[in-house]
Amino acid sequence: MSSTPKPYGLLAEFETAADIFEAAIRVRDAGYRKWDVFTPFPIHGMDAAMGLKNSPVGWFTFIGGFTGFFSGMTMIWYMNGFEYPLVVGGKPLFTPLFAFPVSYELTILLGAFGTIFGMFALNQLPRLHHPLFNSERFRRASDDRFFLCIEARDPKFSEARAVLESAGAKAIELVED
Amino acid sequence: MAKSASVPLAAGSAPGHSKSPVVAKTVVLEDPPAVLVNPPLVLNNRSLGWITDTIAGICEKPMPAWWLPTFVASAGLMGMMYALIAYLIATGVGVWGLNNPVCWAWDITNFVFWIGIGHAGTLISAVLFLLRQKWRTSINRAAEAMTLFAVACAGIFPVIHVGRIWYAPIFLAPIPNSNMIWPQFRSPLLWDVFAVSTYGTVSLLFWYVGLIPDLATLRDRAKTRIRAIAYGIFALGWRGSNRHWSNYEKAYLILAGISTPLVLSVHSIVSFDFAVSVVPGWHTTIFPPYFVAGAIFSGFGMVLTLMIPMRTLFKLEDVITERHVGLMCKVILATGSMVGYAYGMEFFIAWYGGSPYELYAFKNRAFGPYWWAYWSMITCNVISPHLFWFKWCRKTMWFVWLVSIVVNIGMWFERFVIIVTSLHRDYLPASWGYFTPTWVDVFTFVGSFGQFMTLFLLFIRFLPAIAISEVKGVTPQADPHHPLGGAKEAHH
Repeated sequence: MSSTPKPYGLLAEFETAADIFEAAIRVRDAGYRKWDVFTPFPIHGMDAAMGLKNSPVGWFTFIGGFTGFFSGMTMIWYMNGFEYPLVVGGKPLFTPLFAFPVSYELTILLGAFGTIFGMFALNQLPRLHHPLFNSERFRRASDDRFFLCIEARDPKFSEARAVLESAGAKAIELVED
Repeated sequence: MAKSASVPLAAGSAPGHSKSPVVAKTVVLEDPPAVLVNPPLVLNNRSLGWITDTIAGICEKPMPAWWLPTFVASAGLMGMMYALIAYLIATGVGVWGLNNPVCWAWDITNFVFWIGIGHAGTLISAVLFLLRQKWRTSINRAAEAMTLFAVACAGIFPVIHVGRIWYAPIFLAPIPNSNMIWPQFRSPLLWDVFAVSTYGTVSLLFWYVGLIPDLATLRDRAKTRIRAIAYGIFALGWRGSNRHWSNYEKAYLILAGISTPLVLSVHSIVSFDFAVSVVPGWHTTIFPPYFVAGAIFSGFGMVLTLMIPMRTLFKLEDVITERHVGLMCKVILATGSMVGYAYGMEFFIAWYGGSPYELYAFKNRAFGPYWWAYWSMITCNVISPHLFWFKWCRKTMWFVWLVSIVVNIGMWFERFVIIVTSLHRDYLPASWGYFTPTWVDVFTFVGSFGQFMTLFLLFIRFLPAIAISEVKGVTPQADPHHPLGGAKEAHH
């Protein structure tokens, strides 16, 4: 605990969803900026309790889906209507109608890629290590415990311990970087 | 914090009340009458820790004694299938029973059968998610896995049925052939390539995104370094941060939103393989909705076939409850009724449409040389689901399991009937024929079940078969505003 002088943050453990919910409201109202809540499942209403804005993932979906649809249409026009035009069954060389099913599937495919890779980019994942994994206690964040961490880079970090204690933390531990 | 049965009414929380001169200080929450209360999704008020221990425990402890023999048998069948595919490729499609009028038979039947089964997983994960059907959480993981494995089985058949399989990359990829002619995008067969490959990819991504929090659970519980590293790599450093959950939940919602039209489009496009042709018996506009309903019907059949033994063998009765099974039975009843309606409507339109060829195709289906296949289909798909009107039938696990098998058999026959009976009598009696499968046909199909079971057994061996974080999320303990949000009262 004393080998490295640089702390990452103060990690507080809570036992119930209600406790962490109340604690998040307190920490938000105390004006903290660099902090986070760690829970084994998403808690309904926690985004509001933390004061988070709506996630921008949808924009990545839109960009992916848009790209998919227009690349599908362009590909089919290029292949069947332009590069090697071939009349089949007396049908037009290109119309968006017969190009629609494939473009539709590509909209969904690239929209899904956009959603997932956008989500990972926003979350800055994957990453192989994180300072919180230094905490043995933190292993239960994926089981049945709820954690709140105020990072050391927050300007109000000096008062963090008092806030977490008053929020009813069951245990508080300093996590090192 | 203390919880009481009365909660203060927040100002403005109920529109209309604020205008009222008399505003109650407190609203007393009375328990609704028992008949309106659904049984809980996790029985016996299990704690969050119990959920983790039970589900993660399955893939942490050694497998029960039945696992290895079942796995070896399944893997043996899978090996047999690949040996038969090698024989097919080395010899030619003549090793199958195909003949001139019937040039699609068991290959495409098996393809449509497996791809149809795959539809339940995405329906459960996407459509039921959008409809806020919380019971999906206990079954979605295994159903999505089943989808992937079914698609993996489905993908084999169109590839191997092409004859000169070494050209398959040219048929599948949008690259020009040796005459520099590009693929033909007016053909539903090419739409199908895009639909099925998009479906497989998006299902895999959806499944994997759902798995990430649970892989993190397995990583955090790992007793050995190898397990920690293996699960750790696939968990991608997930740590349950709410800032991450916020993006994650949005991404999951969007994926559900775009997978819903996807799942409907895939089997619609599979049905276009037939409906866009001019073959009597195939050329019908009812095919897309009828195929989608049939796909969901067969998919839920397979979900029940797998889940009922799984819940018993791994003692998951508290997580996959009778209510879950009953609801799946009701989905089977609903989609089975749609399928039955479609069978009737096909006959009506064959008569009402006034095309003698169409009418002949349908009369021949029911009373021609393949009458046995048609009436097997009717018995399995139209009659058997209606047993689920009765509560006893939905509550009795061995009975549900038997009906689920019957549904699977019926849906295989449906595809066989559609494909083979429509083809075997062409317009000219000179080109009439009869299809009989060879031993290679039969054992290739049997072997595909081996591959399906092999993959599923590996899945329950190494991955959490139930979505741990999602099941926790639907317990009362997960709700910070529920009196049980405390979790302390729960049993371990």
